[in-house]
Amino acid sequence: MRKLQFHPCGNFNERYEQELAIFETDFGRVWLWIGLFVLFAVIPVISGPYMLYVLNMIGIASIAAIGLNILIGFTGQISLGHGAFLGVGAYSGAILAISLGFPFWLAVPAAGIITAMVGMVFGIPSVRLKGLYLTIATLAGQFIIEYDLVHWEGLTRGTMGIILPTATIFGMELDSDRSFFYVIYICLVCIALIAVNIMRTKYGRAFIAIRDNDRAAEGMGIPIFYYKLLSFGISSFYAGIAGAIWAFYMISITTEPFTLGLSIEYIAIVIIGGLGSIPGAIYGAIFITGLNEILRWATDIFMNMGISTGFGLNLAALREFVFGLVIVLFILFEPKGLAEVWRIIRSNFRLWPFSY
Amino acid sequence: MACKGANMEFFLQLLVNGLSVGLLYGLSALGFVMIFKSSSVLNFAHGELLTIGAFLFLVLVTWARLPIPFAFLITLIGCFTLGFIVERLFLRPLIGESLIYVIMLTVGLASMFKGLLLFVFGGNLHTYPDFLPEGLAIHFGAIYVPPVYVASSIIGIIFLLLFGLFFKYSPQGIYMRSVADNQTASLSLGVHVKKVFALSWAIAALVAGMSGIVLGIINGTNVHEISAIGLKVFPVVILGGLDSIGGAIIGGIIIGLLETFTGGYISPSLRDVIPYIVLVFILLVKPYGLFGLVEIERV
Repeated sequence: MRKLQFHPCGNFNERYEQELAIFETDFGRVWLWIGLFVLFAVIPVISGPYMLYVLNMIGIASIAAIGLNILIGFTGQISLGHGAFLGVGAYSGAILAISLGFPFWLAVPAAGIITAMVGMVFGIPSVRLKGLYLTIATLAGQFIIEYDLVHWEGLTRGTMGIILPTATIFGMELDSDRSFFYVIYICLVCIALIAVNIMRTKYGRAFIAIRDNDRAAEGMGIPIFYYKLLSFGISSFYAGIAGAIWAFYMISITTEPFTLGLSIEYIAIVIIGGLGSIPGAIYGAIFITGLNEILRWATDIFMNMGISTGFGLNLAALREFVFGLVIVLFILFEPKGLAEVWRIIRSNFRLWPFSY
Repeated sequence: MACKGANMEFFLQLLVNGLSVGLLYGLSALGFVMIFKSSSVLNFAHGELLTIGAFLFLVLVTWARLPIPFAFLITLIGCFTLGFIVERLFLRPLIGESLIYVIMLTVGLASMFKGLLLFVFGGNLHTYPDFLPEGLAIHFGAIYVPPVYVASSIIGIIFLLLFGLFFKYSPQGIYMRSVADNQTASLSLGVHVKKVFALSWAIAALVAGMSGIVLGIINGTNVHEISAIGLKVFPVVILGGLDSIGGAIIGGIIIGLLETFTGGYISPSLRDVIPYIVLVFILLVKPYGLFGLVEIERV
């Protein structure tokens, strides 16, 4: 066994492979294995049902946020339609399971593929548009999909919603938060791994080139429309997977959650986590989901303290205010997000006591 | 024949409704276009600026019981100041930052303002006391145009003329146009770009406040409804061209007509989504809109 390497004192890369390596040192690799062990062996055992529910929601949000980060953070195409794509994923998963009797393990990837196709259709305006015009086009996409989900009643049952059968995988019924925890987090680990590796291939480099300067990228021979569409496809594939898992986890789905508000929440996750960082998407998901739960908890406490229910209603408004405030503060003071905060903390530790 | 007459009347009523709704959209889009024109910021908080104007007026009229013209004036001054403060506190640090931060900042601001307004006023409908004289109404055969619409058209036309003159002749207006045209060049020619940004936000908030009052007079003030109009602005300005003030009015009227006719003849539920379907097509065919300036990009 080769000697584990923990502490580089500078940048001594000699080959491109070293530059591309996921872990600079074995330190990160060891911590990742420890982290995965804690995640799968310790956390599900010690957490109660509520904690597991929150963790599951974080996992689902992370999957979708990684997808959005590929589109916004790596390819530089701002999409305001991610919430609707999540809805497409949830409904395709549900309809496949109900009408065609697809099992869980088949319905989820199939929903991902359907959503990827829908995403690519709504990515077509990126042929001619970029920047804010593309953003407005995706905003229109959000409203059009939302309208279809509500009014295409033959397929989606409109506002009635759909009730899904219990998901089974390898003959096991996924009927508890704990079993879903394993499914969601195994998916998340695979998907994060795929995303990290996509970014190390020529596709990832093409995405980054398009983000940094699309004209120059085209000049260097990158077919930008093809790659933009691909990026829309991958991003909505992730949204579709997340949506379908959400649908199976929630058992019943309606069109209600998949609004512009959800799209904005996902952009907030990506920005707060850190644009162009895969772990950042996960930090952002933890932050926003945690914030939502804390605010809900605070609302409940104020309600129970016997202050009138009208005040409780106003607290929902206060929640919206806090949400907006967090976005604004992050953009003004730490635009690179939590990933950057984490990097600073880490390098402080490493360089201590000579941080500068 | 009677049937045909009824059809004709229905058509005319839809036409009048569409024109008045469209004028309102155009009026709401004015402030949005002003901000975009000078600082290229896509303002998602525009609906909330409208709402703030409407509620400020409501507070002054119903709670402080000020006379109407006085309240109107104070609202406009308040909105002007608010726009100034918003630019100073939130937008100025972001000059030169990439698009996504600017967009998300306005989204965050929208969420903050909406949360605050809902916290103070709740989600209920509030109405102004009736103060417009009935004599303003226009009877045109069987078609009835309520006084509010007449008043709002008059206000809209006055403001349009004022802004046209302002941009054409006043030094500040010329500075604003020069900044919109080329920020670096105008900076090197001695235009105080930051001042121009602050002024354009202040003026845009003022216009938004005024439009908010008009919206409030017509439909009553409800936080959710008025702030939703902030999103209707997008199809309007894209159709008219993002940086064209006249285009905003014409785009507004076209979208208003489109909405009412779709609602009247095809299906009421399609009414709310048709502007966005049209929006996608405009973006694909003519992204800079009817009157927008085509951006030429040089590498």
